[in-house]
Amino acid sequence: MAKITIGKKACAVNPLKMSQPIGGALAFMGLRGAMPLLHGSQGCTSFGLVLFVRHFKEAIPLQTTAMSEVATVLGGFENVEQAILNIYNRAKPELIGICSTGVTETKGDDVEGYIKLIREKYPALARFPLVYVSTPDFKDAFQDGWEKTVARMVEVLVDKPGNLARRDATCVNVLPGCHLTPGDIDELRTIIEDFGLEPSFLPDLGGSLDGHIPDEFTPTTIGGIGVEEVATMGYASWTIAIGEHMRLAAQAMEKKAGVPYKLFDRLCGLSPNDDFVMFLSTISGKPVPVKYRRQRGQLIDSMLDGHFHLGGRKLAIGAEPDLLFSISSMLHEMGTKVTAAVTTTQSPLLERIATDEVLIGDLEDLETLAKDKGCDLLITHSHGRQAAERLKIPFYRMGLPMFDRLGAGHLMSVGYRGTRDLIFNLSNLIMADAEEHHEPAPDTWRTPSELALETPAAALTH
Amino acid sequence: MSSLSATIQGVFNEPGCGKNANKSEAERKKGCTKQLQPGGAAGGCAFDGAKIALQPLTDVAHLVHGPIACEGNSWDNRGAKSSGSNIWRTGFTTDINETDVVFGGEKRLYKAIKEIIEKYNPPAIFVYQTCVPAMIGDDINAVCKTAREKFGKPVIPINSPGFVGPKNLGNKLAGEALLEHVIGTEEPDYTTPYDLNIIGEYNLSGELWQVKPLLDELGIRILSCISGDGKYREVAYSHRARASMMVCSKAMINVARKMEERYGIPFFEGSFYGITDSSDSLREIARMLVERGAPGELVGRTEAVIAREEARAWAAIAPYKPRFKGKKVLLITGGVKSWSVLAALQEAGLELVGTSVKKSTKEDKERIKELMGQDAHMIDDMTPREMYKMLKDARADIMLSGGRSQFIALKAAMPWLDINQERHHAYMGYVGMVKLVEGIDKALFNPIWVEVRKPAPWENPENNWQTKAILQLNAEAAELAANPELAEKARRSKKICNCKSVDLGTIEDATRAHALTTVEGVRERTNASGGCGACAGRIDDILASMPGLADMADIPTLAAVE
Repeated sequence: MAKITIGKKACAVNPLKMSQPIGGALAFMGLRGAMPLLHGSQGCTSFGLVLFVRHFKEAIPLQTTAMSEVATVLGGFENVEQAILNIYNRAKPELIGICSTGVTETKGDDVEGYIKLIREKYPALARFPLVYVSTPDFKDAFQDGWEKTVARMVEVLVDKPGNLARRDATCVNVLPGCHLTPGDIDELRTIIEDFGLEPSFLPDLGGSLDGHIPDEFTPTTIGGIGVEEVATMGYASWTIAIGEHMRLAAQAMEKKAGVPYKLFDRLCGLSPNDDFVMFLSTISGKPVPVKYRRQRGQLIDSMLDGHFHLGGRKLAIGAEPDLLFSISSMLHEMGTKVTAAVTTTQSPLLERIATDEVLIGDLEDLETLAKDKGCDLLITHSHGRQAAERLKIPFYRMGLPMFDRLGAGHLMSVGYRGTRDLIFNLSNLIMADAEEHHEPAPDTWRTPSELALETPAAALTH
Repeated sequence: MSSLSATIQGVFNEPGCGKNANKSEAERKKGCTKQLQPGGAAGGCAFDGAKIALQPLTDVAHLVHGPIACEGNSWDNRGAKSSGSNIWRTGFTTDINETDVVFGGEKRLYKAIKEIIEKYNPPAIFVYQTCVPAMIGDDINAVCKTAREKFGKPVIPINSPGFVGPKNLGNKLAGEALLEHVIGTEEPDYTTPYDLNIIGEYNLSGELWQVKPLLDELGIRILSCISGDGKYREVAYSHRARASMMVCSKAMINVARKMEERYGIPFFEGSFYGITDSSDSLREIARMLVERGAPGELVGRTEAVIAREEARAWAAIAPYKPRFKGKKVLLITGGVKSWSVLAALQEAGLELVGTSVKKSTKEDKERIKELMGQDAHMIDDMTPREMYKMLKDARADIMLSGGRSQFIALKAAMPWLDINQERHHAYMGYVGMVKLVEGIDKALFNPIWVEVRKPAPWENPENNWQTKAILQLNAEAAELAANPELAEKARRSKKICNCKSVDLGTIEDATRAHALTTVEGVRERTNASGGCGACAGRIDDILASMPGLADMADIPTLAAVE
């Protein structure tokens, strides 16, 4: 059981963490025709926007209530009102998702109250989907913003089925955590559909941020799950939640619509995927398709091939709790030693991570730990590049943001196939590093003390 | 806060700012009270601007006092380059939590400064104030002062909470902080008659290094570059320079002008984008240095270098000219870049079909007119769909813009080149100009365009989305053409003042009803041009295009009747 330590520094150096509101905003981007709106000053939105553009390499819809100093002091009702009206009239969205920020939470704006007033004032908006989530920047992290937002979407958008309503046995809800990429979502969709089930993903980044060429230019999201489809999720037979932080939303679904849920705390690795396909087989009443029997074999083969390279590696990993748990568990099963683990926020998963200690801290902490403990592989988001350079160890980018490499949206770590690809990618990285930096030389196996002795002796012979 | 609002007032009174100078005194007092439009605004905040302006000071620890959003979401996202220290790339933030919001974050800030000094010992720490600590009343000036006294090291407060205004204001607030706390606080080891300051240059992608060799060759020393690849000490002794060049951006005009006022350092505004502009700037630098006491032979040597470099650059560009014949460029960028890049492109033989002037000042626009002629196609605000149509109708072959609009071009399967601050290529000076031309050539003639424009084999080419988008636009245009009433309505609904959301119809009506002849009059009646003032030129044009107003002046207006 891992010990959880909370960093005591006054100054975070090289943050690993990102803020809650943009986690919430990203969740809204998995809805079709949505416009996420951050209630705060302009920078709150602009920083999130740039971050997502750099990560996904896509146009990103994200708006701001543009709080000025005066508005901040007096309260932001007018700004929220105007923002909603402007977006409603101009972008013609199917939904506006509002997240608060540090600024408006410090002031204590009652946005739910504002929305009520706005609905009364403008009949056109009376039934228009407006979802508000409280996400102060000075609390929690990106993952928490996502978690709260998805739970809120369930509470606000899902219809409560009547007593006589029939559940559709083939319909399943999938609540993916923010550690899943659009590529992961597509993979899960394929797997679930191969069992004859019809999945509804909430949110569905697979359809919205997967690098497609859009049919037309719209200022809102394209793709993703539609509001009316979310409403019908209450009639599904099961909810599958992926990642511990989706428990809140799964419970909300159960509470509101009575849909039972099954939570998979990860889908990276052999055994969690065995559980997953068996669960699908059970609820669908269909045997596991031959395709997945083959894929399972391929994964095992990749594990056998990869363990030579990954086994015994000392891993330094920095990620949000669910990604950290998912990746480090799989690598632990491959014989990698999770030696330094840093995360951003509290989670019940942390103590289950296969390491001695998990630190809630920043990339400076991760770098120091990696150095002290002699780690020889670093996994974190793109911001870890400077640390990897200084540590001179191979660096694999996972999580968000990934701004200095292409294809962030398509990296896969779920399913037999995703796990297999991840193992190959990591193994190849280590092999390349060995070829580039660790080719044996005459002095490779001499200890430093032997080398020190050598020098004067060598000098004497001349 | 009172000192901050005083600083902001001071910035707005900037006489070097053309936009301000054109305002009445009462208007100036109001400052740039451009109210951003909720739900319709984009761009960074004042904190963003301050950080952008100062972060290229490479040996300084930049500490952001605020919740994680301000630094955690944004750090390490600029392409400035450093020749030495890399501490500027380290993200430092107090990451304040709920407890700090309730009890105040000053202690945490002080401790954070202490930790940075103990661990990294930089020559200086810049502390950025953000919205939340400003709201709860954290006095960063006091904390910085205490830390400065305690640790004997410059700890500079940068008062720039995001909600005080836009990015551009933040640039100026950063400049004010340098003027107040840094410039003039140290002395250089020695001075020469060839000491030059470069202000408002950020060394993105290391572009300054495309020009520096020429200055080195001429013996001109960059005493301080504010702030690209700058060091704290260099800024601190920059007041000993003989002349300053303000690089094609009004962002730090306050620094240039106040250094002239305080230390008698004359400045000029120049650009290193494009061959002619580079030559002009070198010439001006030499002229000013000679005027301030450098030997007169500098002028001759500079001319020789210019002649050599121009010849080289032209020779390198010449092979591209026939390839570029008939190729058209759509340029979407902000401010001064719209004319400095424009000149450069024309030199390469490209045809400019349009340039955005959204952020340009009146002078910028004048320069564009000089370069492109009176009928210059200046675009104030373009919707993505309009940009797309422009590209698609082959009215443009390539779009040059910032990263935000790249997907419009790319998704329309059109060549695109990044010329904004996030770009990874350097386009400065004579060398950079050749690089830009090479980049355009590479983008334009990449065989990928033929490939990606091919419809899928199973797709009816009449029915693909590109065709549909064009049809839709054409249908809209046809509808307008067929229906004069609708066309008039569409014409009248064209937004003239973006800040106050005033359309053409409103302005025309007010102008007619009150026989208005001046922008001030229009502002009084409609509130148009009551924000950033960028639309004043447009309103001028509208006034000029409305005939018979002069005759109407004698007719009693509605107001008079009332």
